[in-house]
Amino acid sequence: MKHKHSISLIINGDPVEAIVKDNLTLLDFLRDQLFLTGTKKGCEEGECGACTVLLDGKPVNSCCTLAVECDGHDIVTVEGIAKNGQLHPIQRQFIDKWAMQCGYCTPGMIMSAKALLDVNPHPTELEIREAIEGNLCRCTGYAKIVEAIQAAAAEMNWEEE
Amino acid sequence: MVLPQFEYLAPTTIGEACNLLLELGSSAKVMAGATDLIPPMRDKAFTAEYLIDIKKIPGLDYLEYDEKEGLKIGALTTLRTIETSPLVKEKNPATAHAAKVIASTQIRAKGTMAGNICNASPSCDSGPNLLAQGAKILVQGPNKDRVIAIEDFFLGVKKTSLEPGEIVTGIVIPPLAENEAAAYIKHAVRKAMDLAIIGVAVKIKVENGICTDAKIALGAVATTPIRAPKAEEALIGKELTDDVIIKASEEAMNSCNPISDIRASAEYRKDMIRVFTKRAIKQAMESL
Repeated sequence: MKHKHSISLIINGDPVEAIVKDNLTLLDFLRDQLFLTGTKKGCEEGECGACTVLLDGKPVNSCCTLAVECDGHDIVTVEGIAKNGQLHPIQRQFIDKWAMQCGYCTPGMIMSAKALLDVNPHPTELEIREAIEGNLCRCTGYAKIVEAIQAAAAEMNWEEE
Repeated sequence: MVLPQFEYLAPTTIGEACNLLLELGSSAKVMAGATDLIPPMRDKAFTAEYLIDIKKIPGLDYLEYDEKEGLKIGALTTLRTIETSPLVKEKNPATAHAAKVIASTQIRAKGTMAGNICNASPSCDSGPNLLAQGAKILVQGPNKDRVIAIEDFFLGVKKTSLEPGEIVTGIVIPPLAENEAAAYIKHAVRKAMDLAIIGVAVKIKVENGICTDAKIALGAVATTPIRAPKAEEALIGKELTDDVIIKASEEAMNSCNPISDIRASAEYRKDMIRVFTKRAIKQAMESL
């Protein structure tokens, strides 16, 4: 019985090769094997969204994804969205708009927001709320988070023009 | 928490996958999005010695529309793809909606409609819609392929009519004619990340102001999604006036025997079947 697999994938733009166990989740692979601890472990059953990462550009719960499933795929975590030492506009606006208190949901929120803005640069408030429907926040109450995503969209659109 | 030990297998052809499944029997589970597999495995609600990932099999991720056959959904087509597809929104908005109301954006980005029905949860949102719309389930087995009518697919809680070694490869939903319309309404406390308290799906055909065909399917009120034939009969051959719709809704309510659980009491479920059958019929009428 084989219980380990060799996988190669792209993580935050860099090629990664690793040996992973069959039952290793992408979340534990990122946190414990690659020490990318920005991605948070919350409920571990796909309910809270704290572990959201982008798999081929789409937001997924890394707790409900096996590392071995990601062989040949592209993963982006919250560590991978700043460019040239500059925070991503979504990250910056989360700070400017005070869109966090304890911060535990923040990486997941930011990744869900990034997945949205990558395909929909002009989202409505409803579209933003739908994009973060799988992300639970137990302190800020979402209003500031929605504001931050709106501000990030505006900033990114302004930069584009 | 570490997942229990299992062996991950990723066959690259459907034939190989069916043979593996046949050989390994009940110790193996087919996996597509894995979103309905990993949480219960972690909770030890079930164990599997083998997970057979079908994502490496080419040709199962498609979404097409054919004027004659209707909407064709591959076994690997994600709920998110179905929900956001302009084609599905145009040709079969009820199906786009039934996909959209499941779980969260993250779950739908991995989860599939085929997986949703194979999991055969009584409250699954795809079930009632597929049942009302007379979908066909495409199945590949070790020796032959076959088509299962959706009416014959669900056998009980977590039980389907798939035989050993059989894998669902796709779903076909017949086209909606000009004078046909469908609707699915899920009733839940929250708009996301919640299971249906009940769900109602309706498909109606109206010719010269008279309803000539109707199908009504109910979710979360029995061990499987069920049809409500008496409610359908109450519509067929009639003009869809408020009185007729109310009568059909009461028939739907009387045709189910739900259980009381953490989500709702049996009485509440029955009453909500009445309310949402009425709403689903009206919603379908509006899109005619």
